[in-house]
Amino acid sequence: MFRLAYPLDNRRFVGLIFLSPALLYIVLLVGFPFLLAIAFGFSDVTVGDTNLNFVGLQNYLAVWENDIFRQVFETTIRFTLVSQVFILIFANILAVIFTQNFTGKWFARFIFILPWATPVSLAMIGWLWMLDTKYSPIDYLLLQTGFLGPNGILSNNRNLFWLATPDLSQISVIFVQVWRMTPLATVILMAGLSSIPTDILDQAEVDGARFMRALLQIKLPLILPIMVIALLFSMITMFGDMTVVYVLTRGGPVDYTRVLGLYSFQVGIEGGNLAQGAAISLFAFPLLLAMAIFMLRTASRAEVQ
Amino acid sequence: MGALVWILHNFWSLLVALVLVLVGLRIAWRLHKYGATRAELTYILRRSPFYLVVLTFCFFAAAPFLIMFMHTFKTDGDLYRRPQPFIFRQDPTLEHLDALFNNTAYLDFIRNSVVVGLAVVVITLALSLPAAYALARLTGRWGERAGILMFLVYLVPPTLLFIPMFRIVVLLGLKDDPMSLIVVYPSFTVPFSMWLLSGFFKAVPPELEEAALVDGYNRVEAFLRVVLPLSLPGIISTIVFTFTLTLHEFIYGLVFIADTSQRTLSVGVPTELILGDVYFWQPLLAAALIIAIPVGLAYNLFLDSLVQGFTMGAVKG
Repeated sequence: MFRLAYPLDNRRFVGLIFLSPALLYIVLLVGFPFLLAIAFGFSDVTVGDTNLNFVGLQNYLAVWENDIFRQVFETTIRFTLVSQVFILIFANILAVIFTQNFTGKWFARFIFILPWATPVSLAMIGWLWMLDTKYSPIDYLLLQTGFLGPNGILSNNRNLFWLATPDLSQISVIFVQVWRMTPLATVILMAGLSSIPTDILDQAEVDGARFMRALLQIKLPLILPIMVIALLFSMITMFGDMTVVYVLTRGGPVDYTRVLGLYSFQVGIEGGNLAQGAAISLFAFPLLLAMAIFMLRTASRAEVQ
Repeated sequence: MGALVWILHNFWSLLVALVLVLVGLRIAWRLHKYGATRAELTYILRRSPFYLVVLTFCFFAAAPFLIMFMHTFKTDGDLYRRPQPFIFRQDPTLEHLDALFNNTAYLDFIRNSVVVGLAVVVITLALSLPAAYALARLTGRWGERAGILMFLVYLVPPTLLFIPMFRIVVLLGLKDDPMSLIVVYPSFTVPFSMWLLSGFFKAVPPELEEAALVDGYNRVEAFLRVVLPLSLPGIISTIVFTFTLTLHEFIYGLVFIADTSQRTLSVGVPTELILGDVYFWQPLLAAALIIAIPVGLAYNLFLDSLVQGFTMGAVKG
């Protein structure tokens, strides 16, 4: 009895016992597949022939020299960067709004959280209809207000073809991404704002700081580390997302909205070339890792100050 | 049914009227409470741009859902022939809702999602409750490193792993079986809930455990009898968010399961209710809305708790 009780009082021992099952599961289910992905990249495995024959850098070179891949890679980075700008702006405004008390806050918050709460693929069905080539309600409004139709300001056509023209399809995808990801960034920023010790804010008020000044000179610098975390979250979520374009455009028109995840799915699963699919998605990894390390260092450095 | 028809026919006017009435009542109540003084009127005027901003954001967030709601009840003729998306020219109908539940695999999707979600929640809690406590209290430097590692793992997107995972699932003979999702989903729910739970555990004052240890409990008992009951609200919100994470997941569900009746909601609805070029729009939109509303309510209900866990998880100590 004494022998059993002693280790159970030991912090390090209990810590190890408590932590190891979760760590083991993660190593098995993330670490192992990750290594397998790298191995696939060096092999010629397909859905039909699952033997791993070593082919060296062939897949990576083939992917890198592929013009479609270059375009897909660029598109992914462009979508991610452009949408982050808008997400950060809106999330900052909304986080300030929702950390205040106001009438109807509960309901307003419910509405504003819906885009994030709805499973992505289901929310995209709504946008698929909103942006429909023929029946788009947005087009209908524009038509009624004279922006579309004969002598329309935007176009002489009755429709804008949101998901069928190169520029508009990209704009649509970025808009929808901003729409669905802003709440997540907002919630993380709200966590940051609510963690500011109230005595600092009280002191600022005693010192005569008005709302805007307290916001810009005290709150924003204090939540900078959390803002970086919010940015990290939404950038990486977006970089690895394929659901939005899978439902909305399947990468079309031509390749204009094809992103890395979708391309890897189309080559690896739909095309059956597992090796090349794995190689394609692996190209995202160094970039993701660099992004994560850079941002975590920024965050921890800001925290120290 | 009669009331629904009337509401739908006057949908937009009712919506505007509702907003106006609520705003009017609120202003009237303030004036009644504080008196219609000049200062009060200036205050209301100064405050109104704020509410205008809130209303604008709400409108953009809600627009697709309002359209989903209206279109659920439109007849085919009303929907497709010289479309006027904002009014009903033919009486609203329930036939598409009926078709969704009786002629499609929608109920199968719901059942599969619930089974997968609940099983994943159980596995996730079993693994992450002790692990999160270890991160919050028991370990020193190496525990902190393990925590950062977990955080980085959570950031590895499924698009990086689904191809090797697919091979593993096929090798295990789990293809087309929701079991495959139950095995794989904890790979992202465990890091997420570990992070959140360790935040809630940090919020429990360590003195309470010390007292329990003095009373003769060992570490494990102190965790089970003192920390767990005190963190119950946090644990419940972790359950809610873990469940919804599984509800959201798309890529693994799409790749692992090709059999219609075995698919989950997020995959089944957009792939099975669209046949080639034929979109069953009303059932599609209804299927999305029916899931969106309860999940949105759950999120809103547990949001404060999530924010709290986030804050404690991110802030050291």
